[in-house]
Parts: sequence; C-alpha cells; structure tokens
Amino acid sequence: MSDRKLKITINGIEAACEKDETILQVARRVGVRIPTLCHDDRLEPYGGCRLCIVHVRGVPRPLSACTTPVADNMAVTTETNTIRRIRKNLIELLLSNHPNDCMRCEKTGDCALQDLSYEYGVDGSRFEGEKWNLPVREANPFIRYEPNKCILCGRCVRICNEVVMAGTIDLTGRGFHAMPDTAFGKPRTLENCEFCGQCVSTCPTGALTDKKSIGKGRAYEMKKVRTTCGYCGTGCNLDLNVKDGRVVKVTSAYDAPVNHGNLCIKGRYGYDFIHSFERIKSPLIRKGMKFVTASWDEALEVVASRFKALLKKYGPDAVGAFSSSRCTNEENFLLAKWVRTSLRSNNVDNCARV
Amino acid sequence: MIEKKCREILDKYHREKGNVISILQDMQESFGYIREDAVNWFSERLNIPASNFYGVATFYAQFYLRPRGENIITGCCGTACHVKGSAPIINRLREHLAIPEGEDTSRDGKFTIESVACVGACSIAPVFIVNKKVFGKMTVDRVPEMIKEIS
Amino acid sequence: MVNDNSLKDLVIRVCVGTGGLAAGSQEVIDEFNKALAARKVRAAVRKKCVGKTGCRGFCAKDVLVDVVRNGKTFTYQLVSPDKVNRIVEEHIISGNPVDEWLVGPDYHAFHDRQTKILLKQCGQIDPEDITAYIAIGGYEGAKKALSLDPFEVIDVVRTSGLRGRGGAGFLTGLKWEFCHKSREKTKYIICNADEGDPGAFMDRSIIEGNPHSVIEGMIIGGYAVGANYGYIYIRAEYPLAIQRLRTAIREAEKKGFLGKNVFKSGFDFDIRIKEGAGAFICGEETALIASIEGERGLPRPKPPFPVVRGLWGKPTVINNVETLSNLPSILTKGASWFSSIGTAKSKGTKVFALTGKIKNTGLIEVPMGISLKEIIYDIGGGMEKTNRRLKAVQTGGPSGGCIPASHIDMPVDYESLISIGSMMGSGGMVVMDDTTCMVDMARFFLTFTGNESCGKCIPCRVGTKRMLEILTRITEGRGKEGDIDLLMELGTDIKLSSLCGLGQSAPNPVLSTINFFRDEYEAHIKDGICPARVCKSLRRYTVSAELCRMCGKCFRACPSGAVIWEKKQKAVIDKEKCIKCGACYDACPFGSIL
Repeated sequence: MSDRKLKITINGIEAACEKDETILQVARRVGVRIPTLCHDDRLEPYGGCRLCIVHVRGVPRPLSACTTPVADNMAVTTETNTIRRIRKNLIELLLSNHPNDCMRCEKTGDCALQDLSYEYGVDGSRFEGEKWNLPVREANPFIRYEPNKCILCGRCVRICNEVVMAGTIDLTGRGFHAMPDTAFGKPRTLENCEFCGQCVSTCPTGALTDKKSIGKGRAYEMKKVRTTCGYCGTGCNLDLNVKDGRVVKVTSAYDAPVNHGNLCIKGRYGYDFIHSFERIKSPLIRKGMKFVTASWDEALEVVASRFKALLKKYGPDAVGAFSSSRCTNEENFLLAKWVRTSLRSNNVDNCARV
Repeated sequence: MIEKKCREILDKYHREKGNVISILQDMQESFGYIREDAVNWFSERLNIPASNFYGVATFYAQFYLRPRGENIITGCCGTACHVKGSAPIINRLREHLAIPEGEDTSRDGKFTIESVACVGACSIAPVFIVNKKVFGKMTVDRVPEMIKEIS
Repeated sequence: MVNDNSLKDLVIRVCVGTGGLAAGSQEVIDEFNKALAARKVRAAVRKKCVGKTGCRGFCAKDVLVDVVRNGKTFTYQLVSPDKVNRIVEEHIISGNPVDEWLVGPDYHAFHDRQTKILLKQCGQIDPEDITAYIAIGGYEGAKKALSLDPFEVIDVVRTSGLRGRGGAGFLTGLKWEFCHKSREKTKYIICNADEGDPGAFMDRSIIEGNPHSVIEGMIIGGYAVGANYGYIYIRAEYPLAIQRLRTAIREAEKKGFLGKNVFKSGFDFDIRIKEGAGAFICGEETALIASIEGERGLPRPKPPFPVVRGLWGKPTVINNVETLSNLPSILTKGASWFSSIGTAKSKGTKVFALTGKIKNTGLIEVPMGISLKEIIYDIGGGMEKTNRRLKAVQTGGPSGGCIPASHIDMPVDYESLISIGSMMGSGGMVVMDDTTCMVDMARFFLTFTGNESCGKCIPCRVGTKRMLEILTRITEGRGKEGDIDLLMELGTDIKLSSLCGLGQSAPNPVLSTINFFRDEYEAHIKDGICPARVCKSLRRYTVSAELCRMCGKCFRACPSGAVIWEKKQKAVIDKEKCIKCGACYDACPFGSIL
C-alpha cells in the first residue's frame, strides 16, 4: 500500500490509489459497492449505463465511476438523494422498455436488472410508451437472443470485439432502436460466430441465454463445482452448474486465475459427454476383437506387464511416455521420474510443446 | 462486375486508417445502396468484421440498406388520408409498378414507395408526393396517369 | 453608347450561396454574361466583370446583385433572369439605376446595425479565388502567427478572450494551451463543420463565402498547438461548401500555404476533408472523433479530454468553423482589438441564423452583449405580421431554450443565456409569436434530439423517448395530472446523468418552456385547450353562423364527411365524425371556422 501515490476518500473512507485507477476500481477495493450494468472487469470502461454515477466534491455534475480516473484529494460520495433518484429513474426507464416477464425468464435470480429493480424498489410503470416487440432469435444450437430484454449495455458487443475478437456482433441502428446484432441480421452460424458464448457470459439480463440450459433450473438451485477444463492445455477454470446430480450448464468465475471467466465453445458448451450413455466409465481391455470391461487393478496389471515384456524384448528405447500439459508440474515431474527410473528411458515428453 | 468497382474503392482507401465510412460512402455511390455481398468482399480483404460495416451503415442516416428507385413515391398515411383511402391507392401502385411483396422498390429499380405520417395537407387528402411534386385528392384510377407523368 | 472609360471598373457581384443558388443565381449570372456579351461590354472592359460572392445573409431577398461602377455600389434584390436585360440596358449602358428594383431601407437596416468581422468578406469576394482573399489581407494572420513562437500565438488568442462558438463556450486559448503542453509528437486539429441544428446555417455560409478564412484559422491553430495534420469534418449535406473547401485547399497548397514548409517557416501542415454521413451527434467532439476513425459516432467519456487523448489516441484540438475564422483578424489586428468588442466575459461577435416569425430573416453578425430587442426590432425589422406580438425567442436550437418576451432587454452572451436556461449553441435564433404553441415547439425539438440520440446511454436513449411520448400525449389532448412534474423530474435527471452534451442539453427546450409557459402546458392538460391553436387534436371545430358565407369549401375539403352543407345553407360540423384534421379551417376563405 505504501507505494500508492494518490489519496482519495470514498464516503469518508480514505483510500490510497494509483494514478491510472478509476473511482470504481478503488471503491471496490475498499469495499464500497457502486451499482453497475455496463461494467465488466474483462472489458474497457464504457460509461453507458450511467448507474455508477457518483458525486465528486467540487464537480457540479455527477461523474461515472467506471470511467473517471482518480485525482489526488478527490472526495467521492457514492450515494446522495439526487443520485439515488437518478438511479431509480434510470432503472425505471430500462424497465419501461422491458418485457418484465421475470416469472418465466431464464435469468431470474441471476439478473442484474432484477436485482437493481428490487434494491431500488421500482417497476417502470410510471413511464408507459413504446416497447420493443422483436422476435426471439435462436436459429442456432447454443445461443438464444431475446432482443426485447436487451438493455444496450454493449457488453456482448464489446466482449465479442475486445476479448474474443470475432466481430460476430456489433451495435446497429441508433437511438431508441439501437441494438446488438449480427451483420445484416443474419442467423449465427459457424461462418460468422465462434459460439464461445462469451456474450452470454457477460449479459446482465435475460437477453442472451445458453440455449442448452433453458428450463433446466434457476441459478440459485445450482451447485457450482469448480474444476479445470479437460479439453486443452490452457487449463481454464470451469464452474460446473449441477442440479440434482446433473451438469446442466457451465460457467466460469472472474477470479479464475488463468481465464478470468472467459471460455471457448468447448469449455462452455462441450459438456454433453458427461451424462452420455455412450460415455466410457471404466477401463476396457481388448480381448480378441472385443473390448471387455475391467477393473482398474486388472487394467493397470495389463499395462505393467506389457511394458515389462516390451522392455525385456526391445530395451528401454522402445518405450516412452507423453504427459498432458493439463497435469500439474508435480504430476509431470512424477511421470518423468517414473519413465527415467522405472522404465529407464529418456523418451518422455509433454503436449505443451506443440 | 461488383468486384471491379469494389477493387477501385479498395485501391483508393486501403491504406487509410478508419476507412469504413469512406468505403461505405463510395459503395453507396457506386451501387445505390449498401450491398451485403460488397460488404463481405471488403470484410474479407480488410479483415474488418462485416458486423462492423453493418453497424456503421445502420448508424448514419445517409446509408440505405436496400436499393432505392430513381423515383420516390411518398404516400401520406395520416388520419385524413387513411380515411380517404390511401391504402387502396398504395396497393394499386404496388401492383402497377410490380413491386414484390415485402419490398418497397420495383424490380427495374425505377420506383420506391414509402409512406410517411401526416404531411399536413389534409384538405387535399389522400396526398401522394412524387419526387417532391404533390398529387392531391388521389384516386385509384389516377394511378396510371400519375406514373405516366413521371416516367 | 458604351463609354469605355466609365466601364473600366465595372463589377457585377452575384450571390452564389446555397440560398442564392436555390433562388436561381446561376441563371442570373449566365444572363448577365449573355447580355453583356451581346452589347460588347465585356470586350470594352476586357476582364471578367461578373463575379460570384458567398452568402451575404439577407436570404429573404435573394438573388442579390451588386453593380459597382465608379466606386459606387448599387444592390438589386429579388433579381431573376428576366430582369437582367433591363438592368444592363438602363443602368450599365445608360447609367440610370433601376430604382424600383434596388434594395429598400430594410436591407440597409438589416446590414447597418450589424458588426461584421466574419461575414464582412462573405458577399464581397469570390470564394473560389484565393487571390481575392489575399488581396484583402488574407493569410497575413497566418504569416504573422508563424513568425511568432507557438506559445506567443496561444497568448494572443487567450488574451483576446475568444471562446468556442460551437456550444459550450470554452476559452479557445486555454484549450490550445492544454494541447500544446502535451509532449506527444503527433497531434491533430479538427475543424468541426458538422453543423446540424435545424435552421442553423452559419458555418455553411462562412465556408461557402470565405473558405480561406477557415483554412487560415486552422493553420494558426495547428501551428500553435503543434499539430501537423488538420481534418475538416463537414456534413455531406453541404455539397457546395465541400466543393469550395476542396478548391480552397488545392489553391492554398499551390501557393505553399499548406503542405511542407508552410510560408517557408519549416512548419508542415496538411488538411484533409472528412465528410459526415448524417448524424447530428457527430457534432459532439468525441463522437466526431469516433466518426473520423470510421466508427459509429458514439461519444466517449470525458475525461480523458480530446486535448489529452483524441483522434487515434493522440492529443486533438477541435474548434468550430466560426471560432477558427475569427483567428486571422485576431492575429492581424491584435488581441485588444478583439476584446474591445463584446462584454466582459464574451468577446467578439457572434453569427446567428435569424428565422421564425420575423420580417427580415437571414444571417446576422452582432457584437456579443447586444440585446435581443435590438436584434429583433432593429435588425430583424420586427414581427413578420404586425398584428402579432412577440412571445419568445429560442436560441441554441435543440440544445437551447426559449427566452420569453419579458426578457427581451437581456444581453446576448454566454452567461446570460445559460442563466435563463438556454444557451448560445451554434447560433440558431428562432423568433416566435403568439401563434406558436410552446408545448408543440418543445415536442418538435425533442423529436429531433430523440431521433439523433446515439443510443449509448440510458437517460438519453430511453429518457428522451419517454419525454417525447408524454409531450405528444399532452399535445393530443391526453395529458394527465402530474405529467408536468414527471417531465421536469425526467428532464432534470437526463441533464444530470447523460454521457454527452446531446443528452445533457436535450431536455432544455422542455424545461425552459415549462419554466416560462407552464400555464400553456396546464391549459393543454387541464382545460384541453391549445391557447395558440396549434395542436390540432385540441381544436374543437365549429362554424360561426355569422361569418359563414355558405360557399361549401369546408364541405369539399373535409376528408371524413363531418361537414354538413348544402347549397345556400350554412355549414355545420358533426363532432362525432370530425377527425380534427383542420382541413376545413385551412379551406375556409372567410375565417368562419372556429
């Protein structure tokens, strides 16, 4: 803390901070919550939803905490009567162009808009007027898009362009009728979309949802089991969302050390095998032209005896081992040690090389 | 055909930073509207997502995503014109000009039909405006005459 | 007979601004050339004597033609091609001006009360000829600037007190100083010519009439802040202005005023033109930057300000056309000359587009601090219709507000306008009389800003939409108790929380009309009456039995069959069938529809 150069106060709490930090970053670090909708730690600050506005001493107009850099001796108040009223109105305005069908919405219980509407006690009924009435887009296996629930925070567009760099979607149109869409409103296909589901992961409302998980359970019914993705050597953290003993969805948390909540199509949507009846759950030993189910002891016995036979007949250079980059360093070390001491071979490698 | 024109536009702008709007402007100049195939052509060559071109094209009022006819026919759909039967006239016009269902421009690219909210000339309802010339008290029977006058 | 001597200095100047061209000035020029050639006058003068000029502001009387002979100028108004022969025959050949076609006293009143700095040359010089600009001392300001140290140039501009003419009125010198301080090697200067306010055409006229003054201003600014690249962002809807800028840039390059080693000073400066694509928001400086970068014109949060991180992430100064074209004379005549004009905090002159229910509409240039009264009555010639009284003046276009007639003595400067809930804006000035409905007026401006909202932030995107819906409801007679308070609450919050200047000022027309004309809103909501009789749905049409002359025009005009009439019978309106379109009202020649 001592090397931090600037001092500011947030709601009277003193905080030391660095030059490039934003008010929001410092507030979060010192434990002051500021509501946001368009902010995602993975993305560049946007300043679109205006919910994070705060009062800064000496500045007549409230400033958005997510985009405003700190300055020395800045005194920030995160909630005043005016700011509270503005936030209420902003949420009401959003709700005035929203289906408000939370009862059957996939996002209920995990929806930023729903939470804020609860927190600020508003329902949007003061502003009656035109509402979007656009069809649901789901002509693809993974992503369901309900434009009517979109609040134009731009997070999907930004994650697609800033993080994934796929450029599948962009904001289109302008004003009240602006919305995220693909080029020429075409359905998502492998031609224009990677189906990584990053847009779904960042969507604060029910506008973008995982099609495979629809109707499979509410967020609060799910037990999140943290694991590491089994597909490649990157080692992304996954949260398997488990309900009634079944994985119904995969998410990832921002604090995941490797992937910071980002996933690809395989990690996010490639979990069907878990509950597949075709899945191989025990070792199989080939007997003649057939594979026969066996216990681990039997299987290891076969492997060991075959290694021994090969070593005896052809010497240590005939055998080798290849370990996965998904293994920990310790596991890789153990494998190398085993190959060198037990097999007495130097043929050991790891797939991280490729 | 479109390739040749696109190539010319690309040669003009490919070294320029921030060339999306300029390309779209020239594209519209060449083709009359923003063509999806042309957007995809540029997208591939410049490594700029097609969605980006589309986003820009839909943001600025200058760009049209559908071909527009040489002549623009505007039908007033205000209350008075509606009462006086603007809808049957529009239907007759569409039929006369062979404008396909769900489109607003004739196949030969000569006519585009648009409708607007009240133009404020209720006393001569129903009102049609063709290339800025006002036709008042229009009837279904006068449609061929009106078209003849422009073409 | 044509006397060669008396024709030596014959000059005929024809206005070719957009207004002039629309009124047929090209045809007038052709006719003059034809008529002069036919009488062999051109041969006698042996030079091109029919010149073009930019807009001189008095568009109501276009086409305007100056005939200058022996140093005396005669100005003809409303010239059409068929009048040319008589002017040539009587005035040029015989030396007797055609008095009945000369401009009248209102032309002189219109011009004499103005203080012209920027518009002085518009209407006097050929905008497509750089030598004409040089002949009146053009580019001397830039030469002077380049002979000074950049910081000295900034100092001159700062002490002159020049403030941005595009809207907020930030001190130009201070803006430059911020940019100058940056150590970045690449910097940009942008001329904001994306004039989008409905009814405003100051920038267009300056560019069309005197494009070199803008270029010269950019050279001065570029040199002062250390920018070697300039962009002019101009709306594509101004084809003539774009063409004149291109010509001007080409000519300036040929003379060595642009390009490498400007005026052999070692300073390099290039200007490129970027055409806008139709988005009002791009007049906002960060959206303008996004647009030049080829993106959707979405504003970016400030800070960082463009002077720190602007175009392509580099420090960028953005100045409006009018601001830039003030610079040449500030440099040549000095800071104290400039600051002697205007008020304590608002220096120099301001160009306004004077429109609405006023006699003399057009472009005017007045010293800061002039009262509205002087503008309306001395320059504008008073109300268009003598039986109507002034109700309010709207300044600042869709970002501004209205000033009620009771405040007519108020000086026009940045602070006074803001204090009354309006703003200088880019300089639209709409005069309204008692036939203007203030609710309808507010609705008109909000329709505009709503359509032009980029959609990035919630308050502007949804808030202006909802405000517009409430206003529409009120003008259609469906207003509710509490609507006014709701408009005020929403308007205040949109102003406070919007991301950019568009949203922060969009509610101004509504808030200021509520502030001064709350009774009109209440009349719409509570009594179902539009006092100005503008909102059609609130009218209740009846036929005055006294005034009706039984002509039946209302009967024939009615689209819904609500007028009951027979020959030699007075008309009656069936309220059930009436759709309140107002067709009968418009059709009645006797004013008997009430």
